[in-house]
Amino acid sequence: MTNEITLLGGMTLVTFLIRYPLLAMSDRIVLPARLIQALNYVPPAVLTAIIVPTVFIENNSLWLSPSNPRLVGAVAALSIGLWKRNLLLTILVGMGIFLLWQSLVA
Amino acid sequence: MTMASNSARRHEFWAGARQTIPLIVGAIPFGIIFGTLAQSSGLSFAGAMGMSAIVFAGASQFIALGLLGAGAPLGIIVLTTWVVNLRHLLYAVSLVPHVKHLSQTWKLPLGFWLTDENFMVAIQRYRQDDLSPYKHWFQLGSALAMYSNWQLSTLVGLTLGQSIPNAGAWGLDFAMVATFIGMTIPYLTNRPMVATVVVSGVVALLTQGLPHQLWLMVAAIAGILTGILTENSLKQTHD
Repeated sequence: MTNEITLLGGMTLVTFLIRYPLLAMSDRIVLPARLIQALNYVPPAVLTAIIVPTVFIENNSLWLSPSNPRLVGAVAALSIGLWKRNLLLTILVGMGIFLLWQSLVA
Repeated sequence: MTMASNSARRHEFWAGARQTIPLIVGAIPFGIIFGTLAQSSGLSFAGAMGMSAIVFAGASQFIALGLLGAGAPLGIIVLTTWVVNLRHLLYAVSLVPHVKHLSQTWKLPLGFWLTDENFMVAIQRYRQDDLSPYKHWFQLGSALAMYSNWQLSTLVGLTLGQSIPNAGAWGLDFAMVATFIGMTIPYLTNRPMVATVVVSGVVALLTQGLPHQLWLMVAAIAGILTGILTENSLKQTHD
């Protein structure tokens, strides 16, 4: 129990101390033009860095095969997303194809 | 406070919540699977609910479960949480120009509720050209929608999830991948953005050996630098 409180306290503290301080000081921060230019690239860079290993890595090795349901689901999501440009549809089709493929392969 | 400004605030708030609905659909399976796996990883009911309520960071909560189950020491779990959530620092920097005029009463909760999904929705609103003074209400609406849903999905996982046989093996966490793919696609409109995504993905694969998930920050920064360099070199060839 004590351990759990310490764990939650620690995780909360480090997370909040990432999210809040820059906002708190935002009226005193002047961002250089180059940094503002760089910020445009933040969302796609971070999201891709999270997505790609989750899709391609299984048990510490590369899984490049049509029997990888994550890969098939990701390709489906990407294709429908580029085609239809609809976020909800992208998520539903990606998830659906992933579950379908997983049940077929397994 | 006039009636018109009140209605403009309300309008922004609900637009923010509405705009977040697709991301909520993606977060539901992820929250449920977190709640389902929490107790078998050694977290109590209150501990799991508390984690969703006060840490409120899905990916790191999930990784914390894995580390708990593997018997990792507390310090390592907290350190890993810090590294995995460091990306929010990049989000906070991006928000600086848009929230600087707000009081701390606003900045504190907006900071607490800052997640991937909330940022992606809010930054699109902030970058629209209109001069609405209430765009932070849009961010608040999105944040509260995301937060309530996360609590609810965790609760569903903790209660009903136990009755799903072998729920952990279903791979419901893939919902996060599908959601993040959907959030990335709108950015793929020019060559620097495509270069960013390619380099970020390749570097993430090549640096998997780095300890404590540090590859995440390394890959993100490599992608960002690639984007800037590509943009600058394209500008030079046009000049």
